[in-house]
Amino acid sequence: MGAIITTENDEIQPKQSIGDRIFKAITLTSGILIIVLIVGFFIQLAWQAMPAIQKFGLGFLTSSAWDPVKEQYGAATSIYGTAVSTVIAMLIATPLAFVISLFLVELAPPIIGKIMSQALDLLAAIPSIIFGMWGLFVFVPFMQNYIQPFIANTLGLGSTPLFGGEKMGIGLMTGGIILALMILPFMSAVMRDVFRMVPSVIKESAYGAGATTWEVTKDVTLRYGIQGFMGAMFLGLGRAIGETMAILFVIGNTPQIKASLFSSGTTISSTLANNFAEADGIFQNVLFELGLILLVISFGVQVLAQLWLNKVRKSNGGGM
Amino acid sequence: MNTITIRRNTNNIVKLLSFLATVLGIAFLIWILYTVIQMGSSVLKPSFLTSPTKPYGIPDGGIANAILGTAYITLMASLIGMPLGLLAGVYLSEFGSRSKLGNAIRFSANVMMGLPSIIVGLFVYSVVVITTKHFSGFAGSISLAIIMFPVVARTTEDMLAMVPNALREASLALGMPRWRATLDIIFRSAKSGLITGILLSIARVSGETAPLLFTALWSDNWVTLNSFFTQPTANLTVTITEYATNSPFAAIQNRAWGAALLITVAILILNIIVRAIFKEKK
Repeated sequence: MGAIITTENDEIQPKQSIGDRIFKAITLTSGILIIVLIVGFFIQLAWQAMPAIQKFGLGFLTSSAWDPVKEQYGAATSIYGTAVSTVIAMLIATPLAFVISLFLVELAPPIIGKIMSQALDLLAAIPSIIFGMWGLFVFVPFMQNYIQPFIANTLGLGSTPLFGGEKMGIGLMTGGIILALMILPFMSAVMRDVFRMVPSVIKESAYGAGATTWEVTKDVTLRYGIQGFMGAMFLGLGRAIGETMAILFVIGNTPQIKASLFSSGTTISSTLANNFAEADGIFQNVLFELGLILLVISFGVQVLAQLWLNKVRKSNGGGM
Repeated sequence: MNTITIRRNTNNIVKLLSFLATVLGIAFLIWILYTVIQMGSSVLKPSFLTSPTKPYGIPDGGIANAILGTAYITLMASLIGMPLGLLAGVYLSEFGSRSKLGNAIRFSANVMMGLPSIIVGLFVYSVVVITTKHFSGFAGSISLAIIMFPVVARTTEDMLAMVPNALREASLALGMPRWRATLDIIFRSAKSGLITGILLSIARVSGETAPLLFTALWSDNWVTLNSFFTQPTANLTVTITEYATNSPFAAIQNRAWGAALLITVAILILNIIVRAIFKEKK
């Protein structure tokens, strides 16, 4: 090869002046600060949680106790609520985000697709507290008066454990739906990119063979972009797990585990936000331990998502 | 049964469903906006924006001190987070674009962007609030700055990476040191993209609530230069939380809607303007 000018940025200027060395050092320090901060999150939260970790041990993760008077605490109720509301959110948001991106990229006339995409982007810009407030004052009564009676009575599912019990409007299911609404625009934005990533030649050859739009989507686009779609799911999952304000208002904040999706519950983040102001002593350590659990879970999800997306980018040569 | 008819019908059903799903998503946007505007506009009069928050029972309560507090907190967060993000972005794009360290920093920034903001609140509580022994608006600023930091870093990197290499080579060939070439030439040619990234990240953190619950808290007082560093500081989002959840009185809840309307409109307008400007320049 023997290129005279290399495009590798680091090698343009072999000898650096003092100013440049200082400049590079400052930028490098700022960059490393990101890593330092993440490590700091773990250290600080673990440090503050230590008394609770020592007192309750591993049993903390599986105990559903929550008694501030007797100072008995467990994380099971919060973990359960987080898991259930996140699963509901993913079950709703994933197929919706998929068909929305299908519509916006493949079916809608370009101008309409563009306008609708921008409207969905705006939905993503609305602060989560607005979702929470709207959820509490508008959507909770709507659930109580229409959706929950419809599921329990009209569909006749009220006698099953999943949809039994009192219809209060608040609860795990309402929380899951609000969460779905929050991650929907975000997931559909990523999925739109995946749809666009599929080379049109491949799609056109399937159309040429007589396939319908849906057949092209499920047999070509979905298979070609499956890794990308899974990446979008990971990213949505990561957001849903730690979301606080949207769910705090509608989940009910009751530390209990009940089979019914209509029952009130709590998530890790809403337990934190709801109790922190009054907490001191071991109670505060317990909340820090819950925070540490949330950090470990979302860090794990994010690392997996990023590793996965890096792999997808490599095998598709960029574009996402 | 004719298979072609079945296939065609399936296709049409899916098309219809995908259309309905999109309409459903946008309907929720409109529903939320409609509620916020309808509920919020009932209290939105000049005195609401000029008088401070007051407890229930005292008439003419407004949100002026919360607006000012949010402005203080967001401004200080930008002053801390913006330079850090820009510098880290410069490292990622100009120095470490393919180095192992650069990849590790980029990976960490991506991971950090996805971590829950409530974790940042807990972190700043334990580092700043416990150490200084008081909640403060400044602690809130630090938590928002930490949230901004990786976002600005990654957009800066992306924007600088779009600047053609020829421009770097030309300015270096003229004998400019690297730092001047970066700050004078490359920053200038990526200007609109950088501004877009920063403004969007400011819009994003100004609607944050969870981290402020652990740091800035809230207050009925006006923020001053002194109290900003030493006392709980009024801000819009935590005021909304307090008013919406801890008060049974409709009058107080309506004030929360007024504040909600203000912050939603501000953030949406900022988003629309920034996107419109950036599209023009691009």
